[in-house]
Amino acid sequence: MNREKPPTLTSDAWSTLRTLTTARIGLARSGASLATAPLLDFRLAHARARDAVNQAVDFSAFAAAVAGFDLPVLTVDSAAPDRPTYLARPDLGRKLADPARAMLAPHAVATDLAIVVADGLSAQAVERHALPLLQALLPMLKAAHWDLAPLVLVRQGRVAIGDAVAPALGARSVVVLIGERPGLSAPDSLGAYVTWRPTSATTDAGRNCISNIRSEGVRYPEAAARLAYLLREMRRRGLSGVSLKDESLGDSAALDAPHD
Amino acid sequence: MYAANAGGERHVFESLAKLMAHATPARSGDRLAGLAAPTAEARVAAQFALADLPLKTFLEDLLVPYEADEVSRLIIDSHNAAAFAPIGHLTVGGFRDWLLSDAVTSSVLAKIALGITPEMAAAVAKLARVQDLIVIAAKCQVVTRFRGTIGLAGRLSTRLQPNHPNDDPRGIAASILDGLLLGSGDATIGINPATDSPNHILALLRLLDEIRQKLDIPTQSCVLTHVTTTLDLIRGGAPVDLVFQSIAGTEAANRSFGINLAMLAEAREAALSLARGTVGDNVMYFETGQGSALSALAHHGVDQQTLEARAYAVARHFQPLLVNTVVGFIGPEYLYNGKEIIRAGLEDHFCGKLLGLPMGCDVCYTNHAEADQDDMDTLLTLLTTAGVNFVMGVPGADDVMLGYQSTSFHDALAMRDLMGRRPAPEFEAWLGAQGLLDKAGHVRPRDLPERLRQLLPMA
Repeated sequence: MNREKPPTLTSDAWSTLRTLTTARIGLARSGASLATAPLLDFRLAHARARDAVNQAVDFSAFAAAVAGFDLPVLTVDSAAPDRPTYLARPDLGRKLADPARAMLAPHAVATDLAIVVADGLSAQAVERHALPLLQALLPMLKAAHWDLAPLVLVRQGRVAIGDAVAPALGARSVVVLIGERPGLSAPDSLGAYVTWRPTSATTDAGRNCISNIRSEGVRYPEAAARLAYLLREMRRRGLSGVSLKDESLGDSAALDAPHD
Repeated sequence: MYAANAGGERHVFESLAKLMAHATPARSGDRLAGLAAPTAEARVAAQFALADLPLKTFLEDLLVPYEADEVSRLIIDSHNAAAFAPIGHLTVGGFRDWLLSDAVTSSVLAKIALGITPEMAAAVAKLARVQDLIVIAAKCQVVTRFRGTIGLAGRLSTRLQPNHPNDDPRGIAASILDGLLLGSGDATIGINPATDSPNHILALLRLLDEIRQKLDIPTQSCVLTHVTTTLDLIRGGAPVDLVFQSIAGTEAANRSFGINLAMLAEAREAALSLARGTVGDNVMYFETGQGSALSALAHHGVDQQTLEARAYAVARHFQPLLVNTVVGFIGPEYLYNGKEIIRAGLEDHFCGKLLGLPMGCDVCYTNHAEADQDDMDTLLTLLTTAGVNFVMGVPGADDVMLGYQSTSFHDALAMRDLMGRRPAPEFEAWLGAQGLLDKAGHVRPRDLPERLRQLLPMA
């Protein structure tokens, strides 16, 4: 087989160029088509992203792991009964199932903040990063005297599920940790969304977001520090969203990307 | 009220919008909007009713009210009665038969294009099979020009899309080098920027213009930012070839994009005033996609395929160089799987071409859609046979900034080789001059052309 080398440049030159971008440049070719090795590399990345979307988070293991946080833990379902429905009906992933509302109701007490962990579009993101992020964040919240509602774990949840959970628990604000839409290079990005006084009328313009939380992206200590900053400023100024800038970073972290 | 007898049963549709929605082949976005036909039989019944509907109904019973929507006003006020005359007596079903007939050639279709409204095109698309969408579109020829000539018979152009997660100029240049070596970029070299600050956009515009001039490439560049940003940059003296904007099929959806028709007109005038085109003056680049109006809660109870066609009326008014339906980008809540994406891409290409637009397609999907590269191969092959003007060229089909999968430089080359399509003539000559073509005229890079060495970071 006359498998051709990447066109016209030595492999050293392509190696140098590849340090400048994560784009798939200088791929080996045969004729006009991709050679087998880069074909399979691509397919592996896509398979990982698909698995991240389709796998279910093991929330019972997760609940056991967070038992040490000294917070009640409640696991509930959104109104989307399964993954195909969840993908086709984002409106259902933003609402609680009826039994979920009944489960939250007895816990309704006025608090500062509800923390919600939802599967979103990447089970891997939640399983890998939600626990270490909480381990970094919770001591900061304790030190700042935040009064916390029970920790709520949501199956088949979108970002706006927090707008249903917080009022049901009597919390004034909400942080939603959620698996982001997986890319080929990063199937396990976790997002954190902060909303002050969420209601069913809240839009994305009313949230702040820290996205790309993962080992090769925004690391846990930085993500936790930025979250703590956003929460402090949100509580002090009584608002979230486009008018609340993440000045801990030097520029805006108001929500500017579609997330679900 | 509209009605049909199908299989001995009478079906009634309370409005034209409902008839159009029920006649639409199944897709998730219409289900999400609550507009889809309740059963498979109801869908076909609606298609029976639609087939008997006179085309001129669409000039009288407007799907989105004239008073409420400037896109409706544009469609009605710019309708060309003389161009409509040859088809004015037809029903939607009759129109399909007429379009397929041997007498209807490329030149006939060009003459009636301004007589066809988006709703007429959408209606006939709903009756058409995939094969019809291809056969009819392949008869349409729409040619546009700036520094190159796009859309000639037997040609397939590409947008080179060298996106980078944080717009690093050397990283972008590396992707451009890879693309040029593989014959990509004759439709445009166009960057989706990671951030939208004007100074940042200006730096990218200068980067692209410098590369184009140093390498003397007969193509046009574009940084895909909001039209108002581009307009301000033009006034500040920035080197803008093409004005980009995402557009949709209703005034309210366009408002959600922060645009209206007057702003597009102003930006087009500003770009024309620069007179940067050498072989023509098509200065606009539009992107569209089914589902955008619903996603902005601006759909007026109209199905997403019809609204997409209405976006082409907006595009047509501004004589664009390129119109790109970014078909699978929006996600599975609008187009659930490969089947729905494939059909939608062919519908969009068909409707755009029928209306006289230089249609390209971003053959693409996201990772939460039930689709993969095999589906993209299918759509790309079908679109190439249908005569699509251009497709995307993304390194390895993996857009590392936008996080979705499109078509690669290699994909476009495979289609060119398979179906004997060539790049735009000016660009093909340039590729030949760089020594990038083999004896058969296929792009087969061997040595790095002297001129392209300037794209290496150490140069």
